Amino acid sequence: MANPVPIVDYLVLDGPGEGGVPQYRAHLVANECAGCGARYFDRRNACANAECAGTDFAKVPVATSGEVKAFSIVAFAAPGIPVPFVAALVDCEGTSVRGNLINVDPDPEHVSLGMKVRLATYPLGTDSAGTEAVGFGFEPLSN
Amino acid sequence: MPNADGVWILGITMTRFGKHPDKDVVDLAADAALGALGDAGVKMKDMGVLAAGNLLGGGLGVGQQLQKQIGQTGIPVYNVANACATGATALRTAVMAVKAGECDFGLAVGVEKLAGAGLLAGKDRKADADTWTPQGRYGAVASVDGRIGTETMPGVFAQIGMEYGHRYGGTSFELFARIAEKNHAHSTLNPLAAYQKRFTVDEIMNDVMIAYPNTRSMCSANCDGAAAAVVVSGSKLKTLSLEQQRRAVKISASVLTTDPWEEACQVLPNVNTLTRNAAVQAYEQAGIGPEDLDLVELHDCFATAELVHYDNLMLCKEGGAVDFFESGATWRDGTTPVNVSGGLESKGHPIAATGIANIWEVCHHLRGEAGDRQIDNAKVGLAHVIGLGSACGVHVLERAAV
Repeated sequence: MANPVPIVDYLVLDGPGEGGVPQYRAHLVANECAGCGARYFDRRNACANAECAGTDFAKVPVATSGEVKAFSIVAFAAPGIPVPFVAALVDCEGTSVRGNLINVDPDPEHVSLGMKVRLATYPLGTDSAGTEAVGFGFEPLSN
Repeated sequence: MPNADGVWILGITMTRFGKHPDKDVVDLAADAALGALGDAGVKMKDMGVLAAGNLLGGGLGVGQQLQKQIGQTGIPVYNVANACATGATALRTAVMAVKAGECDFGLAVGVEKLAGAGLLAGKDRKADADTWTPQGRYGAVASVDGRIGTETMPGVFAQIGMEYGHRYGGTSFELFARIAEKNHAHSTLNPLAAYQKRFTVDEIMNDVMIAYPNTRSMCSANCDGAAAAVVVSGSKLKTLSLEQQRRAVKISASVLTTDPWEEACQVLPNVNTLTRNAAVQAYEQAGIGPEDLDLVELHDCFATAELVHYDNLMLCKEGGAVDFFESGATWRDGTTPVNVSGGLESKGHPIAATGIANIWEVCHHLRGEAGDRQIDNAKVGLAHVIGLGSACGVHVLERAAV
């Protein structure tokens, strides 16, 4: 079977988790500007920090746990997108990351500002070549 | 020669916002443009520049299409697009041409047909590809909307309001609902608003949930509409009739900003810094402080957005937006009335028209022509819009001294 592929290139799969499939041990990587330390998740042409404008970047690992800085429980989305889901902004030790909150009930009683979360993966499905794709989100730390 | 006598609004109008099934984009733009020209007491042949915005029409050059209906005079046309700040960008383009001394009169128009458009931003999710193939700047093998956060505006702006709550505390679902309650209450006095119905806090909180904590009645209303303004140089204004001079409104500040880079700004849009930067520049240009404002029209695309802009526009002390709202300051009988038009949540948000319509609202009060919803003796007002991406327009307007 082919190696699984991550949903985006900044998700790095480190192998099967202790709990077995479908959980993978994983972490996120950022493109860090060599000049000013600004972090980005997309392919870069240059640094957007006007004070810097550097063009050298290095891949750096992002902390796999963090704190929810903002969230919304999205109940209405474009056709084909299952709802409800929790969209969130997570502060991973100084690096802000966008991701869904997963393995938690999507309601205001179970999701709160400041809650501690950690990176988690889930299967997206298998393509015609039998390759599995893996998504990520953040789950409550105290599960 | 740059024009040193300032730039004034000579005429301005907005169509009713709502459903206009019998009119197309050009009809609505023509209604607004001809209305503004009539209000100004000038003609298309007097205009030296036309700036026009229509964000979602998909057509080519709404400015030229408009000229073909109301007057092809050979003047330069700038078709502009800047998300929800498109109207303010069109106005600012006309203002810059007059300020630069290129012409004495300019016309700015914003128009949108959005009735029934539903949820904006966020594309339908197609079936995943046959084989996982990385694409785009994130090397994504599948659609990320709904899998890695949300692309929808109600969800993005919900997070923006929640982030403010995380930083300063004091926010709640009910607080955001009460902001919407205020704007819907204000809308009952505005005959041009798409919705003119008052709602109770319970009704708002129990309305259809779109993206917690924003229910449907806490979201801006998609609708059709247009707005247009005629601007004139200060030196030309002095040659016009006393009546034109009396009704002219001074543009004391016209500012457009984008967001400077900060940590996280490419992860969740930061609508705060560029608004604060625009406000700082505008107050400095106008020589006016937030405490001098008699009314403010700010970009309440969602109830969660209105709260953060109290702070960003420095209507309250930093971190004090919740207390400021709780004090009643932003109701129409408060110390700083905000969105007495009903705001985008009830007046409606035909995107490219919004950034001129909010200026029309302020001018209407400064001219003493706002009827039942007139803010007594209004002398100074501020209009703010923000388009995600991002662009922020702030205009400070003053009543004529004549």
